[in-house]
Amino acid sequence: MARIDEQTTRDIVAQFNAKPEMLVQILQAIVSRFGWVPSATIRQLADELNLSRADVHGVVEYYHDFRTEEPGEHIVKICQAEACQAMGSRELTEHAKKTLTDDVTLEPVYCLGNCACSPAVMVDGKTYGRVDQSRFDDLLKMMRGND
Amino acid sequence: MARTKIYVPRETAAVSVGADEVALAIAQVAKKTGTDVELIRNGSWGASWLEPLVEVEVDGARIAYGNVTADDVAGMFESGLVSGGEHARRLGPTNEIPYLINQDRWTFWRCGLVNPLSIEDFELHQGFKALEKAFAEGTEAVLQTVADSGLRGRGGAGFPTGIKWRTVADAPGEQKYIACNADEGDSGTFSDRILMEGDPLGLIESMAIAGFAVGASKGYIYLRSEYPLTHSILSRAIATARDAGWLGENIKDSGFDFDIELHLGAGSYVCGEETAMLESLEGKKGIVRYKPPLPAIEGLFGKPTVVNNVVTLASVANIINLGGERYAGMGVNRSKGTLAFQLAGNIKRGGLVEKAFGVTLRELIEDWGDGTASGRPVKAVQVGGPLGAYIPAEQLDIPMDYEAFIEMGAMVGHGGIVVFDDTANMAQLARFAMEFCAFESCGKCTPCRIGSTRGVEVIDKIIGGDHRDENYDLLVDLCDTMEDASLCAMGGMTPYPVRSVLKYFADDFVSSKEK
Repeated sequence: MARIDEQTTRDIVAQFNAKPEMLVQILQAIVSRFGWVPSATIRQLADELNLSRADVHGVVEYYHDFRTEEPGEHIVKICQAEACQAMGSRELTEHAKKTLTDDVTLEPVYCLGNCACSPAVMVDGKTYGRVDQSRFDDLLKMMRGND
Repeated sequence: MARTKIYVPRETAAVSVGADEVALAIAQVAKKTGTDVELIRNGSWGASWLEPLVEVEVDGARIAYGNVTADDVAGMFESGLVSGGEHARRLGPTNEIPYLINQDRWTFWRCGLVNPLSIEDFELHQGFKALEKAFAEGTEAVLQTVADSGLRGRGGAGFPTGIKWRTVADAPGEQKYIACNADEGDSGTFSDRILMEGDPLGLIESMAIAGFAVGASKGYIYLRSEYPLTHSILSRAIATARDAGWLGENIKDSGFDFDIELHLGAGSYVCGEETAMLESLEGKKGIVRYKPPLPAIEGLFGKPTVVNNVVTLASVANIINLGGERYAGMGVNRSKGTLAFQLAGNIKRGGLVEKAFGVTLRELIEDWGDGTASGRPVKAVQVGGPLGAYIPAEQLDIPMDYEAFIEMGAMVGHGGIVVFDDTANMAQLARFAMEFCAFESCGKCTPCRIGSTRGVEVIDKIIGGDHRDENYDLLVDLCDTMEDASLCAMGGMTPYPVRSVLKYFADDFVSSKEK
């Protein structure tokens, strides 16, 4: 993922016309671009949107999507919600914890809306269904092949 | 030879099991074999268990092939795919698949049928007819028709849509809003997604009708961020509608202005609650507001706002086209019309089934779903998302009806049906309900914020056999407090699944070793 820089953040803010009511959208754009929200970015957003740092910080802390730590090179989310539990997502998560390396950030997600093809997994922003342990391993191989 | 139309869904479930790879393989094999193919990326019919479902149009009829893999494609061409040839994957004509034809398709009828991003295709299939009719008949007629239909909020609360729209229409103020709730966070639900991916223009048309009826010039769609493919399809559909003059100023010389802004959520479950969603749309933390004032009076940016779920809104176009009475003619008691049930979890034939209210849980799970995917007996079914009760296998004959469900301490909700087989540990699922509430609570009210954490602890003690009877009573007491004193459904309904486990599956709290 790209390194975060002030100019890109400024450009993103400008895309949303520097409207404070677009803060969630701006943060979403920042995270999809950089993967996380560093504290320097919180300060910058507060300045540019004429909000207090506490306001921006509060919003960042509130939403699960807005990571405040830099994630690994890849992000893997395994659905932990009921429909996927019914198809073995707890066991799949245990399997993932054992096999994943440091370059992968494993995050819980509560429903990917793919509940008729459970268990569902998201790898670097793409949703996969009917993921058993061997398919999970294949997906990871594919993910690394895309590097 | 004429150009052959081949349909491969561009829909999350289909793509999640290989539809893009299948589409690519079709394009490659067609090129290699010199076959003239028009590849159409439609939405899904909703039979997710058959995805990727490929269709080929032969003499105006569509022939379906189910569970197609990229590896199948070359062989399918060899066995005469373009003329609907025999193949192990061949299911026959799409309009003879029992799963699909035994439904009551009112809201989802275009899903699977059309190219979701083609205005021409949309207009060929009744597109914008309802909006034109609304313009011709006027706001009063629209409000009356929606009231006559008996349509209720499909997001889960079941509030009468006609009353909500009338309230906003009558509220004073120049600026009003339509806020479409597409934060479909309940586990086991995906009907909003299937609709937005399969018929986004249908939703846009219905939102414009809502705007016209209540006097709102601006609509927002609040879409959850877990749906990236939906976001891409929906943003393109909005741009397409705008280019064609169906959104924007003075739509088709009607004098009516309406445009839609698409917002993304950020992974907060509570933002599916209407007032939390409004806060989030305003760029703030998604914290629940006190009610009153109702959003219909003071909603987004303090203005009168219609907050409706995707399916609620999308049902309106056909209600305008075919009449409110016709919609109200389906269903039972005060549950009028249809609901898009979603079969999920441990089920053989998972997917979307739009059916009139009154169909029983058993019919849905056995006739459509064909039982569990594992082949083991059903143990429990959670209806209505993570805040819905677990219904034991003996009670599946209950008809789908808002009031019948409330009577048994359950809820129909957004129509999600999650099936568990007999290996499920219900005590763990009760614990999960509390854990999920603790994880997602917005923190504004104490019963939800603190109660959920205490709930996990108490359930752990019960499972661990620590003062089991006393802790059991304590858990019931905690459920009472959360139910009675929470601000919204998050804390207020988390006790539903917990109580249902206490009531029907208390045995699961005792470990097999103790037994």
